[in-house]
Amino acid sequence: MKTSEIKALLDEPACSHNEKEKSGCARPKPGATAGGCSFDGAQIALLPIADVAHIVHGPIGCAGSSWDNRGTRSSGVTLYRTGMTTDLSETDVVMGRAEKRLFHAIKQAVEDYQPAAVFVYNTCVTALIGDDVGAVCKAASERWGVPVVPVDAAGFYGTKNLGNRLGGEAMFKHVIGTREPEPARPHPAGIRTHDIALIGEYNIAGEFWHVAPLLDELGLRVLGTLSGDARFREVQTMHRAEATMVVCAKALLNVARKMKEKFGIPYFEGSFYGVADMSAALRDFARLLNDADLTARTEALIAREEAKADAALEPWRARLKDKRVLLYTGGVKSWSIVSALQDLGMKVVATGTKKSTEEDKARIREIMGNDARMIEDGSPKALLSTYKDYKADILIAGGRNLYTALKARIPFLDINQEREFGYAGYAGMAELAKQLALTMESPVWQAVRAPAPWAANIVAAVANA
Amino acid sequence: MAEIIKSTKALTVNPLKVSQTLGASLAFLGINRAVPLMHGSQGCTAFGKVFFVRHFREPIPLQTTAMDQVSTVMGADENVIEALRTLCEKNKPDLIGVVTTGLSETQGTDIRRAVKEFRAAYPEFDAVAVVPVNTPDYLGCMETGYALAVEAIIECLVPESRTGKEVQTTQDDHHARLPSPPTPLPRAGEGSVVSRYATATGMAGQRPQQVNVLAGSHLTPGDVEAVKEWIEAFGLWPVMLPDIGDSLDGHLVEAEFSPLTLGGTKMDGILSMGESVATLVIGPSLYKAADLLATRTGVPDYRFDSLMGLTACDAFTQALATISGHKVPDRIERQRAQLQDAMVDSHFMLGFTRIAIAADPDLLFMLTDFLLGMGAEIVAAVAPARSESLSRLALETVMVGDLDDLEKAARTRDAQLLIANSHGVQTAARLGVPILRAGFPQYDWVGGYARPWVGYRASRQTLFDIANLLLSQHHDIRPYESLYRDEARNNTPGAGESRAAPEAGVVH
Repeated sequence: MKTSEIKALLDEPACSHNEKEKSGCARPKPGATAGGCSFDGAQIALLPIADVAHIVHGPIGCAGSSWDNRGTRSSGVTLYRTGMTTDLSETDVVMGRAEKRLFHAIKQAVEDYQPAAVFVYNTCVTALIGDDVGAVCKAASERWGVPVVPVDAAGFYGTKNLGNRLGGEAMFKHVIGTREPEPARPHPAGIRTHDIALIGEYNIAGEFWHVAPLLDELGLRVLGTLSGDARFREVQTMHRAEATMVVCAKALLNVARKMKEKFGIPYFEGSFYGVADMSAALRDFARLLNDADLTARTEALIAREEAKADAALEPWRARLKDKRVLLYTGGVKSWSIVSALQDLGMKVVATGTKKSTEEDKARIREIMGNDARMIEDGSPKALLSTYKDYKADILIAGGRNLYTALKARIPFLDINQEREFGYAGYAGMAELAKQLALTMESPVWQAVRAPAPWAANIVAAVANA
Repeated sequence: MAEIIKSTKALTVNPLKVSQTLGASLAFLGINRAVPLMHGSQGCTAFGKVFFVRHFREPIPLQTTAMDQVSTVMGADENVIEALRTLCEKNKPDLIGVVTTGLSETQGTDIRRAVKEFRAAYPEFDAVAVVPVNTPDYLGCMETGYALAVEAIIECLVPESRTGKEVQTTQDDHHARLPSPPTPLPRAGEGSVVSRYATATGMAGQRPQQVNVLAGSHLTPGDVEAVKEWIEAFGLWPVMLPDIGDSLDGHLVEAEFSPLTLGGTKMDGILSMGESVATLVIGPSLYKAADLLATRTGVPDYRFDSLMGLTACDAFTQALATISGHKVPDRIERQRAQLQDAMVDSHFMLGFTRIAIAADPDLLFMLTDFLLGMGAEIVAAVAPARSESLSRLALETVMVGDLDDLEKAARTRDAQLLIANSHGVQTAARLGVPILRAGFPQYDWVGGYARPWVGYRASRQTLFDIANLLLSQHHDIRPYESLYRDEARNNTPGAGESRAAPEAGVVH
């Protein structure tokens, strides 16, 4: 991919970050960089499509240590969990045999696994040696009659966010709009069905299954999703959605915007985390779909579910009340989780805003008040000192900071991709509350913070001397 | 004896292989106050970090030169220099291991020259050892990358002391200068001390109680601990290279955060390897490193293909007795007797059991050799890359391939037990057989890194574990009801609950 094309992709008019410095543009600093590459991002965005053969075209480095390591879940077929790579050897790279190998690899995947489609992920080495992945995919698709989609998101193009976007681009360019959906089955309650699409929902730990029954109940058919528990044939029909929700994913706004421009589908940005946001998302759908009956049923459902959630959270509230939280996540989540935590009676003493927009920050101030402490520096050192300064009781952050907390003997809750618990939806809130209590109330902290008896004796002896 | 057959598929399915780059990084993670630096895209490092973090459940120091498209085309030496400077300034490590990736190798990096340029530009960081190693991921596997790093550490840091020549200090060796001389180390057995730079000539055996151990990539932190205790039981002092038993064993320390390894082989230890009385080499992948060390220092070495099972453990114990001149301690005699006992107890379950194993070559060799010695049948043995040692196994074939090859062979040959990393859990589920997790990565359960395999005790535990897995799979003979029997004979209330348990020792 040309650098000019990458630059064009980084210009996303629908993104409120667009006017400011973009993390995708900033050159990473050698020796002081953390975070994944574009290939990683493309895999996050697309791998959950469960019936696709995902082939990583490159030497073993890219797939060998990363296959089947995502928290996404499928309700049926699990082909996405089968690791596939061309595993290029030195001769493939040096003698120019990589394209040929890829062609045969696609054949093998099609013959052995009968996938709904094949996605081929370009990587740094194959991009560098100039493999024409697009041409191979085209030829293979014609030869074997299965859609073969090139995903040109080599790692060195940029960050994980850019890779998300490149993955979304590939879907918009090659997949969305290539099939018409079947008419919806009549709803058992006899209500009208609306078709919707989700973008940026990855069904981590199966958490979308907390939300899906509610959508069903309201007559909202998820036509296709990028990409939690998705099937290729569903993604193909997303252009027929009547409304799209972008779930906590600035990076994939391009897909939503293009679907609006090309197919006239309205979209909104929202989140399924926390009671308030969950309700807001349902209301937003009703608003965009402009159906009075749906609106009324949505309000009734929200009232019922909020009451239920309230009752489920009641016993936890007493235990979590006034506990102090240091929250370090990026972007949208910084405020969406804040409201969820406040709902539990907890105090968010500081929140990370490194990836947040001005809009996000304004929202934080609105929720947390003007003395809201916002932290930009997310280094382990800075996090730990903020934790102490603000007398926090728990650190809530991404998995990368898990061991920052544990090594410092402080309670921790994982809020990102690799976590093992689903927090989405009304039902997810109770799980969140339980996990918070579990770590904060654990007797291990007391035990591991106490010095060994003989160490205490030494201290005492010195003090007495 | 075994023929090594390479899988001919175009598509690798369910990879067993992990890159050389990660293997080399692992070796550097076993050095004290070190940080591996990957010369490649930031993703190479991010994936590596997640891989190790999930396996060890530890924070893992790992950095990147962050090559992007522009620097890949225009030259990325500057990235290496900049990254080294940043790490030296910010973290003041004892050692930085610079490992290359497929990207930088395909680009054609001359990593040694880049390090040399860094040395010339920043002499103020001369105290930081920098060890470059070429580890493209389109060759070899984790084990070979690890071995290359151990070779590079020896080449860069262990002083040449064999022939009585003036010692090669590092003045002419720009890519790896030694740290400035620290406090001299006392030599074992005498009160006097010598400066390390004076120990130039034929110093092998100057420390009669110190032994070098080249520890292979198949050893877990638990294994490394076990090996150290084994050696110490003979009054010897081991210098492990590397020592992930000290750095990745998972222990809470006072320091809340460190950007460098906390523990591992100390630089002093590496510098004194030429004075040891002997070198113990664990795993065939490190025999080349052993050649290098012996050539440099003249320290005699003892090589061990495996440290599992009675024969292999006895060879190690015998070597320690010979080196130390001590008799074998009672404690070890007892452990040996316990292993013997477990062998006779469990041979009922393990005998004739059809086992499929996938692992890097050294681990594959060790497990296969051990289980063959118990009367088991190894029906599939798969390694991710070729290693000549594998041809010495008493098998007909060893396959170079992936977990898909393992699955197919296991199915065809009706395997009853799988030994593989955590990715093999899915494979085992499809095959309907139990799995014993071994090797990298083990992300789906806790403590895999801490489990020891080597030595009498761990060999015994492995026998117990395998026997129990097999017992849990035990199939009873299907009951037969004679056509003459009265149906009422099974109608006694509650009687259905108390069926006889299967006889231990019979596995079908």
